[in-house]
Amino acid sequence: MTAFLVRRIALIFPTLFFVSVLIFGLQQLLPGDPAVTMAGEEQDPAVIAYLRQKYHLDEPLPVRYALWVEGVVQGDLGESIRIKRPVKDLIIEKLPVTGELAGLAMLVAIAIGVPAGILAAVKHDTAIDYGATMVALWGISMPNFWLGIMLILLFSVTLGWLPASGFVPPDESLKQNLLTLVMPAFVLGNAIAAVMMRHTRSAMLQVLSADYVRTARAKGLSQTSVVLRHALRNALIPVVTLGALEFGGLLSGAVLTEQVFTIPGFGKLIVDAVFNRDYAVVQGVVLCTAFAYIMLNLVADIAYVLINPRLSA
Amino acid sequence: MRLTRILAAVTLVAAGLTANIADAQTTLRIGLAEDPDILDPTLARTFVGRIVFAAMCDKLVDISADLKIVPQLATEWHWVDDNKGLVMTLRQGVKFQDGEKMDAAAVKFSIERHLTMPGSNRKAEISAVKSVEIVDDHTVKLVLDKPFAPLLAQLSDRAGMIVSPKAAQAEGDKFGDHPVCAGPYKFTERVAQDRIVLDRFPDYWNKDAVHFDRIVYLPVPDATVRLANLQSGQFDLIERLAATDLDAASKDSRLKIATITSLAYEGITINLNNGERAKHPLGQDKRVREALELSIDRNALNQVVFNGQFTPGNQWEAPSSPWYVKSIPIPARDVAKAKSLLAAAGVPHPSFTLMVPNNTEATNESQVIQSMAAEAGFDIKLQSTEFASSLDLASKGDFEAYQIGWSGRTDPDGNIYNFVGCKAPPALNAAKYCNPEVDAALDAARAASTDDARMAQYTIVAQHILADRPIIYLYHRRWLYAMNAGLSGFTPYPDGLIRPQGIEMK
Repeated sequence: MTAFLVRRIALIFPTLFFVSVLIFGLQQLLPGDPAVTMAGEEQDPAVIAYLRQKYHLDEPLPVRYALWVEGVVQGDLGESIRIKRPVKDLIIEKLPVTGELAGLAMLVAIAIGVPAGILAAVKHDTAIDYGATMVALWGISMPNFWLGIMLILLFSVTLGWLPASGFVPPDESLKQNLLTLVMPAFVLGNAIAAVMMRHTRSAMLQVLSADYVRTARAKGLSQTSVVLRHALRNALIPVVTLGALEFGGLLSGAVLTEQVFTIPGFGKLIVDAVFNRDYAVVQGVVLCTAFAYIMLNLVADIAYVLINPRLSA
Repeated sequence: MRLTRILAAVTLVAAGLTANIADAQTTLRIGLAEDPDILDPTLARTFVGRIVFAAMCDKLVDISADLKIVPQLATEWHWVDDNKGLVMTLRQGVKFQDGEKMDAAAVKFSIERHLTMPGSNRKAEISAVKSVEIVDDHTVKLVLDKPFAPLLAQLSDRAGMIVSPKAAQAEGDKFGDHPVCAGPYKFTERVAQDRIVLDRFPDYWNKDAVHFDRIVYLPVPDATVRLANLQSGQFDLIERLAATDLDAASKDSRLKIATITSLAYEGITINLNNGERAKHPLGQDKRVREALELSIDRNALNQVVFNGQFTPGNQWEAPSSPWYVKSIPIPARDVAKAKSLLAAAGVPHPSFTLMVPNNTEATNESQVIQSMAAEAGFDIKLQSTEFASSLDLASKGDFEAYQIGWSGRTDPDGNIYNFVGCKAPPALNAAKYCNPEVDAALDAARAASTDDARMAQYTIVAQHILADRPIIYLYHRRWLYAMNAGLSGFTPYPDGLIRPQGIEMK
């Protein structure tokens, strides 16, 4: 287990280096000059020249990369050109918001997806299975943007039960905080639940026909015990992988959903930054989410081993 | 029985939530279409930021709804030294939000800050000002190197905002994080992309006109969601209601609407002289450009794309503006004449690419133009381009025609000088139009001392520009606001700003 962990952790650094080169390089391919974009409507040449010089936009690419890496190593991710605030502060401000939304969305996804998948597999080829599959298809094919607007029209405009958009920090009012997140968490969780249900179902079907499950049944164990204690444990491995990937995806920003519900998280931050050519913000956020992805995958790998110790070899 | 109980419970919960949403009305919640940039009047550059400044930072002068210059921090002003000096008398007893005194020294400090701070977006607006002299505690004299008629209009915007010298010196280029001005509301808190909170400044010089304890600005980019927030009672006022939502909002008894024609214009900029892509019948032959203009029915465009809510136009000023050149009205659509012009130019079927920012409204508009122009023989290819990229391509001359507008300024100089002048920045004069007669008239308009003399010069400019067509002007937006029906005292202004003075909940 230790050797496994050391191997995995050692891989983090080259991966991050590769990611940093990639984001830095790819961003330069974007047409549009940040100084021109930031100079505003007036396009005063003196302001453009000043911005170029201040943010080192007139330096060659490798020099800019070196300057950026030097800052990152010292914990300085640069400054947003648009609102002149340190990128680190923006990330610290947005991370809990996106984290909470992602966590709630995963809760919704797991609460719906896993039990529905188990049920569909156990009641294979019955009305329950078909019903669950249909609901899953509905969840996958429903565009987030559209579902979000429909929920707002129903629950906010017509019924007036939930706030239409925005975000209230939990320390200000936990009730308002949860009320603002109910709809976005459902929209995001709904789509993931569908995928999760499909994966749980197929993994369970495979496991339920395995020899050791037949043996367990032959020993006279109850259906609940066979399904939950013996089959589910193994069937969960692909589901954990999927969960980690989806959670990583949510952390990197649920762009459309955050846009519709005006949740000030990573998604909105990065979209605004790309449109405004606020390079430092894009780089900082992508680096941060890449790191989160890597850590989540590490956690997933550790979870496999805990679920199935044979994998540690 | 059980169902009844569930229904009762749901109703109770819903009632509780609704009560919670509509909390005590001493807060005015305004839905903005974008998140403002830095809140420093010297460095700021976005339109939406000016909405927040309107509540936070008073200016030397303001404009009235009919575009007259009216007193704000300055109560009186007059030109001296052959229009090379502007003497302004300041209002007495005005305090900044940090308790400091607003006086001549503070005005001198603020104007000099606008002129000298690195990265200042105000410098170009008031570059005619050479120095600021303190005449006495409440009188300043702005000394100009040459007469500059648009100066007062510039001072009615960010360049005229006076900041607390003490706070500005202490904060340096971080002043935008904690701005301190002399407006009705003081800065309290900002969460990027989420909200900006301002609280009433109890010592404001005109405090009787201020009725809310707090204003919260909430950026919501999606117009439908902005409206939904208003309908569900979470917002009290929203700006830039979508023209297509106007019908629905007007029919909602909980809401009321306010509109006014904006200072902005939208049009098509044509590459006349900016690199290789200008070498093209549309760029080289003004008969082809005239044919393009004649093929477009501005009224139909307004009806189809904007529900008839915007104002068709053919100049940089709207037909309702006192600066509109009435001798050159909007040309009617004339497909036959367009065809004969194209035949005379020897290109009966000219083809060109129209670069269009990739938002829904602009795309719809370009499709209507494409089909109208096709009837006259034009083959327009639409190139939908992300906004920042389109700006870059335009300034580099990598375009043939570009559908782009301008948010508009109070003084006509701000709507024309930098778009057609020979020395204008390439990003604004993307057509690279240059005509010495136009330049001379534009400069003469800046130096003229009366409105009539200025208008005579703008008439000359219009005669050239509307015949040469570096820009084909199409329409002027209307500012559309929707608000809670209980809100009173809101006045729309052509500059689109929301001035909180007078707004109250009845």
